[in-house]
Amino acid sequence: MRDVAYDTHAEIAAPSAAGGEPLMEARRLCFDAGGKRLIDNVDVVIRKGRRTVVMGANGTGKSLLLRLLHGLIPPSGGEVLWRGAPLDGAARRAQAMVFQRPVMLRRSALANLRFALAVRGLQGAERARREAEAMSRARLEDLARRPARVLSGGEQQRLAMARALACKPDILFLDEPTASLDPASTHAIEALTNEAHRDGVTVVMITHDPRQARRLGDDLIFLHDGRIAETGGVLPVLDNPKSEAARAWLEGRLYLGGSKS
Amino acid sequence: MSDSFLGVLGEAVGLILAGDRDLMEIILLSLRVTLTAVFLACLIGLPLGALVGTFRFPGRIVVTVILNALMGLPPVVVGLLVYLMLSASGPLGMLRLLYTPTAMIIAQTILVTPIVAALTRQVIEDLHREYAEQFASLGVRPLDRVGALLWDARYSLLTVALAGFGRAVAEVGAVIIVGGNINHVTRVMTTTIALETSKGNLQLALALGVVLLTIAVLVNACVMAIRASSVRSAYA
Repeated sequence: MRDVAYDTHAEIAAPSAAGGEPLMEARRLCFDAGGKRLIDNVDVVIRKGRRTVVMGANGTGKSLLLRLLHGLIPPSGGEVLWRGAPLDGAARRAQAMVFQRPVMLRRSALANLRFALAVRGLQGAERARREAEAMSRARLEDLARRPARVLSGGEQQRLAMARALACKPDILFLDEPTASLDPASTHAIEALTNEAHRDGVTVVMITHDPRQARRLGDDLIFLHDGRIAETGGVLPVLDNPKSEAARAWLEGRLYLGGSKS
Repeated sequence: MSDSFLGVLGEAVGLILAGDRDLMEIILLSLRVTLTAVFLACLIGLPLGALVGTFRFPGRIVVTVILNALMGLPPVVVGLLVYLMLSASGPLGMLRLLYTPTAMIIAQTILVTPIVAALTRQVIEDLHREYAEQFASLGVRPLDRVGALLWDARYSLLTVALAGFGRAVAEVGAVIIVGGNINHVTRVMTTTIALETSKGNLQLALALGVVLLTIAVLVNACVMAIRASSVRSAYA
């Protein structure tokens, strides 16, 4: 019998393949640093229009995987494909990412948004329309002229979401966007994520919160020690984890068993 | 008692308050030379420092070490090199710039540019470390990165420019060699202080010293005010 727990080549969206055609693929993806293999031979397929949740213990390579998929760092081995072709500049501009700690430029909230849109080549009326729409969506109209760095953590993260979504990405990477937020701010970020998904944006999100994964996810990748320990639909994996790594993590146990042979 | 310190100081303040024509001419020439040199140094040093601070390229560490080392350029050596370049037998002798304010501006620009470039590199590198992932995610093009970093670091870079101004306005070694300290032509505050002190004309020397110190205090007050303002605005 095939051990799904350590099947690193599983197709993430397979259990719900009706979701759409493959948008992104990672093939035999590896990343080495400091003489250690941090991402080990990972294969992932992200399907268009799906919401994929990436989970796993701290230090298992979740953020690294997102950065590799987004092209922020080059892989040590393997490849990332965007619509079947190698990831290039044009593909990157069809993507957006929100980090755990939002990076705000030393400008007003509105100027942060404007900068992102200007980078995408938007000018004039269209840019103004997108700015107004994004600020309204994130309920930041009253704070538009405030320096972005004096906004609260929740407001900054909403602005980071607004900035990312204003660029109308095909895929949105979220690296624990609610990790340090209060419930109200978490709800606001989740609402923006759902709204984006309804608009057709594919979402890949890291979270440590199983309830959030249930609320926001369709598919789940469970990472352990730089490899995929388990994949499948969110509910099947969370309700009936097959890998010891996922089971231990969900039960709050420390799991030290390595997945690498 | 006019030889006592207080007596000389009183006479110096009198010269300043009276708006002595010679004194004003010297002060204005000093400011013209220094501000022009700082402007030119910023024109070269800001983009140079920003490029080195933003991009990784072979030899970057060597360039950084050289920029940092050039911050300590001895003014008399710079003066001597500019003198050799501009003297009648030098490669730029035909320009006839020696003993003119332009020669002094050239010497001061050479002295201040490495200071502006090296400090800019540090400021921009620190900010870029913070922005790099966001820039990469947004797909910001290389030159747009430099522009955005320079704009966002503007308050810190103003401090850098003021540091360059402080160095230039107090400099004497280079400008005395290439300017010659010619009365009504190339005489600036620092060279006048040196000359008048040696002549025993302490009133004028001290009056200029007071002006120089006042400028130094004002420059530092400006730096403090700008930094305080930037912290208040959360731009720091």
